[in-house]
Amino acid sequence: MSGNIPIADREGPRRIEQELTEADRSRRKIEFDYSGGERLSMNMGPQHPSAHGVFRAILELEGEEVVGVDAVIGYLHRCHEKLAETLTYAQYPSIASKTDYVAAMTSEFAYVMAAEQIGKIEVPKRAQYLRVICAELQRIASHLLWLGTWCMDMGGALGGGATIFLYTIRERETILDLFEELVGARLLYGFFQVGGVRYDAPANWIEHCRTTLDAIDGRVVEYEQMLEGNPFFLARAKGVGFISRELAEDVGIAGPLLRGSGVNFDIRKAAPYSSYEDFQFTIPVETVGDCFARYRVRMAEFRQASSIARQALDKLPEGPISSMPGLKSVAQVRIPKGEAYTRVEGPRGEVGCYLIADGTAKPYRMKWRGASFSNLAVLPYIVPGVKVADVPAIMGSVDPVFGEVDR
Amino acid sequence: MTLTMLIAPFVVLNVVIGMVTYVTLLERKFAARMQSRIGPYRVGPHGLLQPIADALKLMMKEDIVPTAADRSIYNLAPIVFLLPCMLIFATIPFAPGLGVADLNIGILFFLAVSAMEIVGLFMAGWGSNNKYALLSAMRAVNQIISYDLPFIFSALVPVLLAGSLRLSDIAAAQGGGYWFIFYPVIGQLAFLFFIISTLAAENRVPFDILEAESELVAGFRVEYSGMKFALIQLGEYAHVIGSSYLGALLFLGAWGGPGPEWLGPIWFTLKAVVLFLLVTWVRWSFVRIRVDQILALSWKVLMPATLLLLVATGMVVVWRIAP
Repeated sequence: MSGNIPIADREGPRRIEQELTEADRSRRKIEFDYSGGERLSMNMGPQHPSAHGVFRAILELEGEEVVGVDAVIGYLHRCHEKLAETLTYAQYPSIASKTDYVAAMTSEFAYVMAAEQIGKIEVPKRAQYLRVICAELQRIASHLLWLGTWCMDMGGALGGGATIFLYTIRERETILDLFEELVGARLLYGFFQVGGVRYDAPANWIEHCRTTLDAIDGRVVEYEQMLEGNPFFLARAKGVGFISRELAEDVGIAGPLLRGSGVNFDIRKAAPYSSYEDFQFTIPVETVGDCFARYRVRMAEFRQASSIARQALDKLPEGPISSMPGLKSVAQVRIPKGEAYTRVEGPRGEVGCYLIADGTAKPYRMKWRGASFSNLAVLPYIVPGVKVADVPAIMGSVDPVFGEVDR
Repeated sequence: MTLTMLIAPFVVLNVVIGMVTYVTLLERKFAARMQSRIGPYRVGPHGLLQPIADALKLMMKEDIVPTAADRSIYNLAPIVFLLPCMLIFATIPFAPGLGVADLNIGILFFLAVSAMEIVGLFMAGWGSNNKYALLSAMRAVNQIISYDLPFIFSALVPVLLAGSLRLSDIAAAQGGGYWFIFYPVIGQLAFLFFIISTLAAENRVPFDILEAESELVAGFRVEYSGMKFALIQLGEYAHVIGSSYLGALLFLGAWGGPGPEWLGPIWFTLKAVVLFLLVTWVRWSFVRIRVDQILALSWKVLMPATLLLLVATGMVVVWRIAP
């Protein structure tokens, strides 16, 4: 069992571990006379309807109860960090999208910010605002997918969960339409460039953004009415997967998970980047720390994100969209020697990029801090002791994207 | 006499199988409308031939038996599961005198036989030699035992009101529009409990912990493919339709309705379809609840409530005939 508990000196898991070892001893006797009490180890993943990609959880079960979980990751490893060393600063942003493919704008954002920080490259105000608009639209799109898949995890692809999923996908499509108008792509954008953004907003795009945001604001109210008036949803979401404030801070989870556990931390407020200080917004915080609290945080973030995007659309200044326009070749962007760590607040939490430049057109070394990867580390603390059916529900509330976990 | 004994089951069985295939299409269309989709549309006009295409596909699929499976149990399970699901239609009278067998203990037979399907479920779960299937089979035993009691108690309320176990008598007692669902307080409560416990007995969302694809992939039928899968599916839908017919008979006045007498079976079927759509509506709007919550709901809420309701009904009936 000890292999399943990563940090030995934490109080919660140690208590479970002690209980298990004592229980083990008595159980070993029982096992021989076939009166039950045997453990079943069950694989959930890597191919599983609720694996959220390719996650593999090896569950130790006692009947319906989970007594241990071993998380296996790495099925989607694509050598992103090595790949970054072989691609130039102009090429990599469009590959960075593929780390977190559900919120592709976020990782591009972190990468170009790191390069700009080393090179001390100014970004024009219009580009900064366009970046904020895209990041917030991306947050809405990502949370929409999260809401749908999480409800599917609880309610099933053959039940009410699928209904919510199809509704949220319908709204996500409208945001992807906006991105398609702006960039031409719907999933992986390559919109961010060192020094600015690649494209300016096309005609009527800003108006289209506003109508889409209005529609989504209305839909979010609809989802809330549909879910929070549903006793079965509340029964599944409330009181499940508690993360205490201490545990949240110790494990180093980020984003809505952290704020669902009562920690008021958001990089957009703590260390504003890309003109976030220009906008009025609040950080939603819930103190309970269960799945429902995380759900409430994300629902409030829908509104905050839409409000930030609206403010940026209203204040969008005129001017150039890049301080390095007219690139003739991919090796033209050269960053002087230096290193930098930049972080952005993605839909899943802090996405960090550590970059070492050696003065050539390609970075010497790059390291990702994926929000999903850090958030996943909390699973062994909160999963033991729950029922099997709660494992997908808790997994869904953590909202991992395996492209970002394995990279 | 012997000829009708042979012909009636044959006709009923075929009608049921035909209904099952088209009820799946109805459910898919209904669900699609709820989810702002169109649903099956390609095969035939408005997808009307879709069930036939599905059935053909399932028949032509390769039949895979896992190497580690317990072959005899694995192969027998779909039939053992299907049999009680089909037998429940034996006692249902579709119109006065139109049915396979109008037993004097009709409802008892229905309840007893529908509880038998658990044997097939457990065989499927055990014989597959799959951990998901085993967990699902364990849940099946838990759930069906817990929900059969509230199911029986709520179905006994109309029996008390009608004073007979024979289904045709229960239907006749509701003649002239006095359906048992309109019986003050008792009728509505019994109907509500009946719907909840049939949902659980049919393993539909929000009580579909047997299938539970988000954790158990497909539960007890995860290893089944082709025709055996089709048999299990057929059994499930037959059970749903059978329960809808029973609900329509117990609470919605069976074949009673305006128009000439030969319209009776059509009215009856329409009422059953309405009940089926009610169940489908619930299915596509709720999330699944956990196994411990399901058991708590049954033993702590439904059991005492239905038992009290049954006692109250008994008192009402006695009080009504006493003076």
